[in-house]
Amino acid sequence: MTAHVRIAGAYEHPGRHLPDHSAAQIHAEAAIGACADAGITLGDVDGYFCSGDAPGFGSLSMADYMGLTLSYVDHTEIGGSSPVAQVGHAAAAIAAGKCSIALITLGGKPRTGGTQAGAPRPDAPEYSFEGIYGLTTPGGYALAAQRHMHEYGTTAEQLAAIKVAASKHAKHNPQAFLPKEVTIEDVLNSPMVSDPLHRLDCCVVTDGGGALIVVSAEVAKRLNRQSVAVLGHGESPKLADNGRIDLTYTGARWSGPRAFEEAGVKHKDIDYASIYDSFTITVLETIEDLGFCKKGQGGAYVADGALEAPDGALPFNTDGGGLCNNHPTNRGGITKVIEAVRQLRGEAHPAVQVKDCEIALAHGTGGNLGNRMGSATLILGRE
Amino acid sequence: MSQNQLPVPAAVIHPDARGYWEGTTREVIVLQRCDDCDTVIWFPRAICPRCWGSKLSNFEASGRGTVYSWTRTNKGMADYRDAGPYILAYVELAEGPRLMTNLVGFDGDPKIGDAVQATFDKIDDESALLRFGPA
Ligand SMILES: [Zn+2]
Repeated sequence: MTAHVRIAGAYEHPGRHLPDHSAAQIHAEAAIGACADAGITLGDVDGYFCSGDAPGFGSLSMADYMGLTLSYVDHTEIGGSSPVAQVGHAAAAIAAGKCSIALITLGGKPRTGGTQAGAPRPDAPEYSFEGIYGLTTPGGYALAAQRHMHEYGTTAEQLAAIKVAASKHAKHNPQAFLPKEVTIEDVLNSPMVSDPLHRLDCCVVTDGGGALIVVSAEVAKRLNRQSVAVLGHGESPKLADNGRIDLTYTGARWSGPRAFEEAGVKHKDIDYASIYDSFTITVLETIEDLGFCKKGQGGAYVADGALEAPDGALPFNTDGGGLCNNHPTNRGGITKVIEAVRQLRGEAHPAVQVKDCEIALAHGTGGNLGNRMGSATLILGRE
Repeated sequence: MSQNQLPVPAAVIHPDARGYWEGTTREVIVLQRCDDCDTVIWFPRAICPRCWGSKLSNFEASGRGTVYSWTRTNKGMADYRDAGPYILAYVELAEGPRLMTNLVGFDGDPKIGDAVQATFDKIDDESALLRFGPA
């Protein structure tokens, strides 16, 4: 379903604090950056994909602002997992002949202030059964972390090891919002935000954005740029389940196997993984659910240095991830795909570049582990 | 009943949840059960999310439950911005569903598995907020 598709352009906006930018401008600058990376212009784009962070009327406002001429539009809203899922959506649209050059953008400015995508709406059926109790984003993830600790003996130190690994990568990234390497003690000594999550268990809050260009294999052949093959895509929301929610796992339990099956690869084939990291617990549950270790063994797995590049068992988030580098507009999905593309092209920082990186995974999580979430997994291959 | 000082935000009462909110004014948890498949439903809605039938009956729950998970949030937002630290939790009702709530009246930290009992904070004449304290 996806083997005919390539990611030909990937661009991360360099901004982390952009008070003098509009949200639309961030999307447009990211789009132009991704086009330039692919060697095309916005005039070549015939499919456009954006999500809840796009300002105004979403795809219509942004397509208008950028002067696009389109045969296909997709406005998906599954939070931070949207751009990851949209690579799969673009693949399906390209396979169906609906478009051949797809642009995916994400951008916004929560650091500066402004509209927050995904904010609770009074018309939501759950509105007066969740937010009314003071549910915050960290609070929801903390509920998951507390339950995971209870069932599996996961510790705060083990969660902290995830931040430590991300920070060891971020120190090589001059654009990282938090470029300083931290220790387990630094994480544990940082202020408690929502028990058991400390401030350093949380991602950064940054302005910024990014964009991707997804094209057919035929188009990719005409471009003067190394592209990346989309080998597999899987997605699945995980819902509150009629009040039977189980906080110890994520939608990766379903999206992961779908992506692996479509790609026809095994876990041992994965050389690098971008794992959505809104919080340390997000990573821990996701790597278990993707099958890189047994359920409940994530704590021991990460404490052993598995996530550290270039030599760990599963080098992850070599840009520093959402935990240290960038979590533009409170949604880290697009940066997950961008760093996976860098790894497969051999363009990651030399200190964290995985040797002979041939197969990479990129996983997106959206919404909240504490109630309902989007989940999308991609498997990408070097061309 | 509850002497906590947590905020009591206004509820948005949709037509398909009127039975629940009416119950809160009498300090009982009114749940829905599907007439066709017997599933107890949470949160209230117009169809059964298991068998998709629309014949649902209200019944009064016991008010008893256990702590499924909890977190103390040190600084809230919106209505909770100035509330100080407060406990957000999931309570598993004796009738099955796990619902998001606050724990109040605990000395120190609650524990997962602790028995809890419903308590209600009046919002207005049409609604009260369901919270849980030690059983
Ligand atoms: Zn039913």
